[in-house]
Amino acid sequence: MADYELFTEDTKSIIYGLQTNAIQRMLDFDYVCRREIPSVAAVVNPGRRGLHKAFFGTREILIPIYPNLKEAASNHPDADVLINFASFRSAYPTTMEALDIETIRTITIIAEGVPERRAREIIAKAKLKGKMIIGPATVGGIKAGAFKIGNTAGTIENIIESKLYRPGSVGFVSKSGGMSNEMYNIIARNTDGLYEGIAIGGDRFPGSTLIDHVLRFEQNPAVKIIAVLGEVGGMDEYQIVDALNEGKITKPLVIWVTGTCSKVLPGEVQFGHAGAMAGSDLETADAKNEILREAGAIVPTSFDDYGEKLNEVYEKLKLEGTIKERDEVRPPNVPIDFKTAVSEGMVRKSTNFICTISDDRGEEATYGHVPISEFVEGGKGIGDVISMLWFKKELPSFATRFIEMVLMTVADHGPAVSGAHNTIVAARAGKDLVSSLVSGVLTIGPRFGGAINDAAKYFKDAHDRGLSPEAFVREMKQKDINIPGIGHRIKSVQNPDKRVETLIRYARETFSSTEYLDYALKVEVITTAKKNNLILNVDGCIGILFLDLMKSSGVFTDEEIQEVIDLGYLNGLFVLGRSIGLIGHALDQYRLKERLYRHPQDDILYLAREGW
Amino acid sequence: MAQRGIREYTAKRLIAENIGTYSDHRIELPSKQILIREGENIGDYAKKPGYEWLKESKLAIKPDQLFGKRGKSNLLLLDATLDEADMFIQEMMGRKVVVGDTEGILKDFLVEPYVLHDVEYYLAIRTERERDVIHFSTEGGVEIEENWDRVLSIEIPVIGGLDEVNVLEKLPEFKDREIVAAFIEPLYKLFCDLGFAFLEINPFTVKDGAVIPIDAVAKLDDTAAFEVGSKWDSVEFPAPFGRILSKEEELITSLDDKSGASLKLTILNPEGRIWTMVAGGGASVIYADTVSDLGFGSELANYGEYSGNPTTDETYVYAKTILDLMTRKKDPQGRKKYLLIGGGIANFTDVAKTFTGIVQALTEYKERLQDTNVEIYVRRGGPNYKEGLKIMKELGKSLGVPIEVFGPETHMTKIVKLALEA
Repeated sequence: MADYELFTEDTKSIIYGLQTNAIQRMLDFDYVCRREIPSVAAVVNPGRRGLHKAFFGTREILIPIYPNLKEAASNHPDADVLINFASFRSAYPTTMEALDIETIRTITIIAEGVPERRAREIIAKAKLKGKMIIGPATVGGIKAGAFKIGNTAGTIENIIESKLYRPGSVGFVSKSGGMSNEMYNIIARNTDGLYEGIAIGGDRFPGSTLIDHVLRFEQNPAVKIIAVLGEVGGMDEYQIVDALNEGKITKPLVIWVTGTCSKVLPGEVQFGHAGAMAGSDLETADAKNEILREAGAIVPTSFDDYGEKLNEVYEKLKLEGTIKERDEVRPPNVPIDFKTAVSEGMVRKSTNFICTISDDRGEEATYGHVPISEFVEGGKGIGDVISMLWFKKELPSFATRFIEMVLMTVADHGPAVSGAHNTIVAARAGKDLVSSLVSGVLTIGPRFGGAINDAAKYFKDAHDRGLSPEAFVREMKQKDINIPGIGHRIKSVQNPDKRVETLIRYARETFSSTEYLDYALKVEVITTAKKNNLILNVDGCIGILFLDLMKSSGVFTDEEIQEVIDLGYLNGLFVLGRSIGLIGHALDQYRLKERLYRHPQDDILYLAREGW
Repeated sequence: MAQRGIREYTAKRLIAENIGTYSDHRIELPSKQILIREGENIGDYAKKPGYEWLKESKLAIKPDQLFGKRGKSNLLLLDATLDEADMFIQEMMGRKVVVGDTEGILKDFLVEPYVLHDVEYYLAIRTERERDVIHFSTEGGVEIEENWDRVLSIEIPVIGGLDEVNVLEKLPEFKDREIVAAFIEPLYKLFCDLGFAFLEINPFTVKDGAVIPIDAVAKLDDTAAFEVGSKWDSVEFPAPFGRILSKEEELITSLDDKSGASLKLTILNPEGRIWTMVAGGGASVIYADTVSDLGFGSELANYGEYSGNPTTDETYVYAKTILDLMTRKKDPQGRKKYLLIGGGIANFTDVAKTFTGIVQALTEYKERLQDTNVEIYVRRGGPNYKEGLKIMKELGKSLGVPIEVFGPETHMTKIVKLALEA
């Protein structure tokens, strides 16, 4: 590659920073240029290693991600361009590091806000090493049909519209990156198109200057017209004047210096760019335009004529035979991104999932329609959260309080029950917290902890069918089913369960209706008449009171209440509450550093050898 | 984000606070100075401990608002007692003065001990692309520009710095040569380390073997804040002298400060008939240029830009502010007014989205736009521009105000010509 060239259609680059959009845009550009090999060889993402998946046309490719620049460069010695997306804080150290890497020849610094002294140190070092810097504070540049830096030239539509997928004859350089799309458009409409365009960046001390690129274009035989957009402030354009006067520029040079309006603006209006403020008369746009014109540059009378001037030059060169007309090629179609197509209403797709209880899009995640912070700041409790996420309702406070009472009541029932026992055994086997917890949770079922929902189910069914308590007990006996929620191992009529009493008292005080409870208590009278300990136990009490709660709240329809029972909502209360205890048991065992549990042999009746 | 002027007070404070560190404490400058702002009173300082010098020495008082030539403008008070200083400040505070072409209000005064001196030296440090330049002259003072041929320049390379240059050797023979050289070296290091972009001490004097800066002008590179901000110790960047922001400009400035996007507005001539609402810093300058190049600079009402993907709400407020200013009065001669909603081809800003806010504002100002005889010209390109332009065209049908709409097929500034030649 000749010295005056920075890029070819084989140029490969390393991207500093995982800029997925910029990478995709570069690859899309490659594709419309019909490049065979993608222009992005590797990505540096500090501290992370892996692969980045991106589209190359319709197919997907993998781009390696390295945790540091050194490794990326040594694995990709043929990548001689670094596109540095590091922030203004780290642009300096990363660029200085890159300057020391032999295989990197050109560095683009995207960040805005690099301190001037740091930029000047970069400039000095780059000069010493003979390397090219584009930026800081730039979008970069583009070589038509060959290589595109990052986000230069905007959308693929614009790239195609401005014919950037194939080379033209115009070398363009400007400070402003924001105007580059517009300039490529003007160039495409008035000439055979852009050969290469560079935005040097808006800082006072850009890594390379207008003249650096103008002279490259002068040396490059493929460039026939040099186009420049200068700006008010600084003395950079005078280097072009000097080069013109010294005869160093022989190609037609079309230039306009923007900021001629500064004479009608009040003093000290700072334009967008750090470098753009006229200090002395020589730095004004008018002075620069005039002196450039005198030096032989082609200077329009205003920006409005820039295109016309370009066109005049182009037509003249064509007439002279300096520029030969080329056949147009059609670029391949880049498939539209699904996301873009959606946002423009071009495609639709049916969803695979539905969610009606929470939303993690937008500013803050919500439970239902309520932002989470409102639950925390609004003095609400876990009962309100459960109402929202399980029942999708804002239940009255007597109901949410009841839910919390239930959770407290079922949280733990000692180490001997089967769930806790399993958790303890798992924890002692060295299993982690989640494994230990689920070995307990997985024990919950029809015989352990599953009675709440079943109690609600059977009592509701009997009550709603208008069965008398006697008939209900009889029916269950005939079916040979123990009535769920009835019976306790220790507690009895004479030794009532304190927890049941508390829940019943609360319900009587706050619920507007306790018809299911009343029904259940009538059933209890019959069962305890048969056997002393066939009392309404805590599981049954919770299940039945929940029926009353739903009725009393006034916000559940009959169908909804039935659904709560059918879907097993109430077992959820037990699972949730008991998890608190199970976690406690697991942590307890870890804390005690308990060893592996082995069940004692004398507690097992061995019958294998007896022929059973 | 650029080089920004700081007060003389701040420049002297930064030097006084740091010169010790950079000279291994061989040089210490006393920080005897105060800044009196609007509503403050020099007498209050005089009562506080540490400010005894206000009563013990004669004082020098000058406005400290980023403008020079204060002596020539009769804004200096030298060799004054505390009472005289107090009276001077009370008399000058809030006064409107004209400096050069700029009119502004005096509101900040620097007070320091008056230094009777016989020699005045000149010292400045400038940054260039590949080097820093130290200027020195034994003949400092107000006439420095006339005597520039006697100013010595010492070039210091960016890499290597003072290791490559011996300042003492470069200085001419004069009475305080060693003292000055011993001051310049640490001062230069401080200049580099504290993110100075420009520093001029003119004059400074040497008295009893110590350097005393008498006047100073400085600029800091504000992008260096993340590296050296702790040494700046909350530096203030005052607005340039004389720019008194209108209510509307203040509103947009505060919007700009709060936003990640860029929103700028300068009102040039509220009676002007050409109003611009242009997207992008580069494009906005070019639109204003073209108005001026076509000879209508005096009719240009505002300069400004919006860019960096502002929200719909931000563009709405921005547009509303301009429309409100524009439609307050009819042109006294009954002529038309022109609104140029311009812009280049955006990189990734969604054109339709930014237009939504503008359309909202235009709809709200429908009657006033009709009453003040406004014509609207739109030109824009970039992502989703077709949808954006369609929205504008459709608005034209309902707004009852002529709207001409163009895309990238039309040269960016063509609408300026179209409007002005209409």
